[in-house]
Amino acid sequence: MPLALNRSSVPVTVDEDKCIAQKGCTVCVDVCPLDVLAIDMAKGKAYMKFDECWYCMPCEQDCPTGAVHVDIPYLLR
Amino acid sequence: MKMKVIELETDVIVVGGGTAGPMAAVKAKERNPKLRVMLLEKANVKRSGAISMGMDGLNNAVVPGHATPEQYTKEITIANDGIVNQKTVYAYAEHSFTTIQELDRWGVKFEKDETGDYAMRKVHHIGTYVLPMPEGHHMKKVLYRQLKRARVEITNRVVATRVLLDSKGQVAGLLGFDCRTAEFVIVRAKAVILCCGAAGRIGLPNSGYLFGTYENPTNAGDGYSMAFHAGAELSNLECFQINPLIKDYNGPACAYVTGPFGGYTANAKGDRFIECDYWSGQMMQEFYNELQSGNGPVFLKLDHLAEETIQTIEHILHTNERPSRGRFHEGRGTNYRNGMIEMHISEIGFCSGHSASGVYVNERAETTVPGLYAAGDMANVPHNYMLGAFTYGWFAGTNAADYCANYDGGSVDQSRIDAEIARVAAPLDRNGGLPPNQVEYKLRRMVNDYLQPPKATRKMKLALDRFAEISEDISNISAENPHELMRAMEVQMIHDCARMAAHASLYREESRWGLYHNRVDFPQRNDAEWFTHCHLRKDGEDGMASFKKPVEPYLFPLDDDEKTAYQRLRVVAPVQTAKA
Repeated sequence: MPLALNRSSVPVTVDEDKCIAQKGCTVCVDVCPLDVLAIDMAKGKAYMKFDECWYCMPCEQDCPTGAVHVDIPYLLR
Repeated sequence: MKMKVIELETDVIVVGGGTAGPMAAVKAKERNPKLRVMLLEKANVKRSGAISMGMDGLNNAVVPGHATPEQYTKEITIANDGIVNQKTVYAYAEHSFTTIQELDRWGVKFEKDETGDYAMRKVHHIGTYVLPMPEGHHMKKVLYRQLKRARVEITNRVVATRVLLDSKGQVAGLLGFDCRTAEFVIVRAKAVILCCGAAGRIGLPNSGYLFGTYENPTNAGDGYSMAFHAGAELSNLECFQINPLIKDYNGPACAYVTGPFGGYTANAKGDRFIECDYWSGQMMQEFYNELQSGNGPVFLKLDHLAEETIQTIEHILHTNERPSRGRFHEGRGTNYRNGMIEMHISEIGFCSGHSASGVYVNERAETTVPGLYAAGDMANVPHNYMLGAFTYGWFAGTNAADYCANYDGGSVDQSRIDAEIARVAAPLDRNGGLPPNQVEYKLRRMVNDYLQPPKATRKMKLALDRFAEISEDISNISAENPHELMRAMEVQMIHDCARMAAHASLYREESRWGLYHNRVDFPQRNDAEWFTHCHLRKDGEDGMASFKKPVEPYLFPLDDDEKTAYQRLRVVAPVQTAKA
């Protein structure tokens, strides 16, 4: 079955200057109830991999450096 | 592809580390410290479940001096149009204060007055049961500390898919897979406690965003689906969960918090139209009527309150349970101070925490399958909320521990395990099949089109036709990675729940519980034929059987004037007196 690649604006953003994933931190990835965050191994930074967000905020709350920001998903805004 | 298989063994396995689950695990261990107790969670117990960001209060606290267990049992009976097993509600109510005291000891902060007494508030129609927790955002931390202290074994990121049964038809363990590695996990156990939350992903939110649900969307109906496939009975599923929420944001407004401060639900004119904001089917029917009328839509009204009151409300609402609420209002330019907040009704779901649709349990938290227990939103104790989840988690943990003492296991048929491995592995093996998110969207859109009340017979039959077609689509889903495999398995759970929702709603040929089961072609409540529980269970390989189960004799009979209290929720228009 042919598949298309659709773009999606994601609600969780990571300030790469503040993110310390390169030092081994995975707090935001660990606490997400929907498991939608991941670490980009090449960059050593966290990012939102899947647009499946409950805008619940543990990732932002528990981030030790304040790098994560949760917006309301576009469709709900 | 052959899935790598991991085999584990324990005595009691608790599925779901949200609210009821951690309590069940701790209490099983306290009951018998020699038992091995495992808490299995598809996310991470530190931040999982409905209370991942805490909770703003107890909705159903039965505190001596403010309410009695008898009074509470009667009020819940009335709010559910009489269809309750009073024994289960009473068991909760009697234990309610003990649970509060335990949580207090663990470090949960409840609001107290200057004398140190709990600061109870009235929200229900008759009694006083609401206890605020302005600092309730630390709930999960408190629970995590207790899990560590009790030495409960925690397994995160494993999605349970089936309860394993033995030759005697009793529980022998649990099957699932790791959503990071796609390894298949077999856990042999003597008892399984399902604490998987509500079925929150049956309907589609109005926003069209799959994960913008009222419930935490990890709660896809896993517990309902697993109990169904294990042969357990499910009870009164047609009594849907539908809640009044902030439109688009789809989170609670929330009447329990704002009500005691003077906030209320109003129509477009700013007038109060319901006497009581407590969530019941009758209240939701009035809410729906107002939405559909010329007085609609419906709003949360706070703009008449004093600045300091609004600050208190904001502190509670924007730091607990759904803290991104504040960010939503900011984006819309809405403020409690200078305007009303638009509200709407939620998508449908199953939830006994808020309504009465759940897996049947008795007052010991036992389901109808030996060794299988259930607690929390998925277990059928009406209007049980968070405190009921803790309390029935407590019962389930204690009783499952006792059950293990006399456990006499049968043999397990390996072919059942192999069949489940094949079912779970199938989407990974398929190439270029349908993506799980598209199938899920279509399924849940059909749920909205055909099952959202008011319910019509022909529409619900059409729903079953569409669901049968989607069943074909499900066997054509492919998953490109372990994460997608989790979504693919969830679609199957949602599909089970959607079918159950239609099946159960078709069976009860009357209207009851206000909007929750408003059947337009059977508009009257019919106590002569339908003053009964309706149960549903698996029938054969793919079928569903519904049947009546008599309402258990009441412990506390209702007075005649009490019976109709929840049917008179609309504010009566003031009588116009002629000018003298």
